[in-house]
Amino acid sequence: MKPLRISDYTATSALGAGKAAHLAALRAQRTGLRQAPFETCELATWTGYVEGLDTPLTGELSGWDCRNNRLAELGLRQDGFLEAVERLRQRHGPQRVGVFLGTSTSGIQQAELAYRDRGAAGDGALPDWFDVGKTQNIFSCADYVRRRLRLDGVAHVISTACSSSAKAFASAFRAMQCGLCDAAVVGGVDSLCLTTLYGFNSLQVLSADICRPADAQRNGISIGEAAGFAIVEFSDQPGPALLGYGESSDAHHMSSPHPEGHGALAAMTAALQRAGLAPGDIGYVNLHGTGTPANDLAEDKAVCALLGTATPCSSTKGWTGHTLGAAGILEAAISLLALEHGLLPRSLNTRQRDPQLQAAILMENRQQRVAHAMSNSFGFGGSNCSLVFGMQA
Amino acid sequence: MRPLYIDAVGCCAPGLDGWEQARPVLRGERPYLRQDLPPHQSQLLPANERRRAPLAVRLAFRVAEDALRGDQRPPARLASVFASSDGDTHISHRISLALAQPQRVVSPTDFHNSVHNAAAGYWSIAAQARLPSVSLSACHASFAAGLLEAGALADVEDLDCLLVAFDVQPPPLLQALWPITESGAVALILSPRRSADSLAVMQIEPVPRVADTGMPDAGLETLRLSNAAARALPVLALLARREPGTVLLDGAGEHSLRLDLEPL
Repeated sequence: MKPLRISDYTATSALGAGKAAHLAALRAQRTGLRQAPFETCELATWTGYVEGLDTPLTGELSGWDCRNNRLAELGLRQDGFLEAVERLRQRHGPQRVGVFLGTSTSGIQQAELAYRDRGAAGDGALPDWFDVGKTQNIFSCADYVRRRLRLDGVAHVISTACSSSAKAFASAFRAMQCGLCDAAVVGGVDSLCLTTLYGFNSLQVLSADICRPADAQRNGISIGEAAGFAIVEFSDQPGPALLGYGESSDAHHMSSPHPEGHGALAAMTAALQRAGLAPGDIGYVNLHGTGTPANDLAEDKAVCALLGTATPCSSTKGWTGHTLGAAGILEAAISLLALEHGLLPRSLNTRQRDPQLQAAILMENRQQRVAHAMSNSFGFGGSNCSLVFGMQA
Repeated sequence: MRPLYIDAVGCCAPGLDGWEQARPVLRGERPYLRQDLPPHQSQLLPANERRRAPLAVRLAFRVAEDALRGDQRPPARLASVFASSDGDTHISHRISLALAQPQRVVSPTDFHNSVHNAAAGYWSIAAQARLPSVSLSACHASFAAGLLEAGALADVEDLDCLLVAFDVQPPPLLQALWPITESGAVALILSPRRSADSLAVMQIEPVPRVADTGMPDAGLETLRLSNAAARALPVLALLARREPGTVLLDGAGEHSLRLDLEPL
């Protein structure tokens, strides 16, 4: 495919706000996960909590106020991203810049708060302050972002659970390739809420321990939150670019991956083919690596089937937690940092590598220049997406 | 964007139970009468999944199966786009109610069904469809956004694509704040290639915002505005009448979509 140049990108997660904070935490091998409680959650778990989201949004977009859009706002303010979008807007015109974001739960926390604030008038009704369309609705984050950035082009939210914001890249590429827009803001926002904490707990995949991807004793996920954004354009300028993407469906089970990783393999293979690369060209894989026994094993089979057992791989969910619908953009940003700075992050919190896993899991940070990185994102419903990034000369 | 061929249609909404029944109403040969939809048993969902499938998933299957009745292709050979403004608000409602209780017992089935791509997940299992699938929302413009995504999949990846737009009426507590007043769903099977099945060819173009196309019949116009999927009604009316025409649809940004249809 024609490479999609990533002119700017930014990420905000438990590791901090912006690229420099992420790079510093990766270099210092410092996790963002903490055992601190989130809101009123009484579960024993670790979370990748983002500081500074307690202040309501003000001004003309205050109606969109919810934790998810506060996180979007914080994310947009990093790395000169607002200014970069303004230049993009001037360059292409507001009608020709699309907005493609991913989220899994949008502003559902606003619903949780509203359902706990029922019946103030004695009738059990939901409170007037609860604006479903501007907060709970799945489109809310893209609606907020497009208004905040004054972009008038095509816009939608992809919501395919944990592959959402990886698939936003594919959706943006297609829209640009067939002329619906000339450039796009791509990304994702997903914030902590009781729905996902208690929901994953009900499925017995929420770990009481810190997330330990690929570890012999791994027993589940830690949930994090993140916002990340990228500007994508077709351009000959040197710098980072999306070279390929691949999407597939497992057609197997709603909440478990195909045990042999067939869907994951199909997505990775398609991404590699679209990039016009051979397996040996991939120098680093940022794994989906949730830290559940089933995910890490199935993904390992797919990675080894395609790339062999020598390609350096790591999941970065031991650093950030699983940021669900934002995992695609956050881990794309980490993969881009790896490419730009030659830093391959280790599989943090992995004490003893599961002997069943065959891939070359990075047990230490490695300083190594690589030409191409792959980032995997797989979600409930068997939705898989794999992205391949490289540096355009 | 390349021209997009519409090969099959499915629909359901109160008073429009399937494409066969909807066509004479949309042609103006029979009056539109709002009637509750009779129950529907999915033919495609395996027994296990049929038991677990929530309301919104069953609605999506109802129109997808309706469209497939008029189509020869095995459903596994279709890419898919599932467009819904809100997904299944009955599930988020039950989860939010549970989380407001001291014990906070969330049903694991509700949780795994709560993802916006639940319909896509059940569909891929039932149809053994492994091709790319996108689940999206653009609030009231979700049908328009779904049409663009399906058109882009057809154009760029040369795939035939099943587009399903669906939205369910929320539970009464939520409806007071979020007036989706009817459940409704539409399915289109779209292709980048003309075939013997092609009913019409459609050209899609984003244009600066203009007023969207309405339905002349007052009852159908009320239905069109009742949920995001029903915004497709003017397209369905042209297909039913087998007439050329233009439909303007609200987009999610400050733009509209202009759809030019020609019957084949």
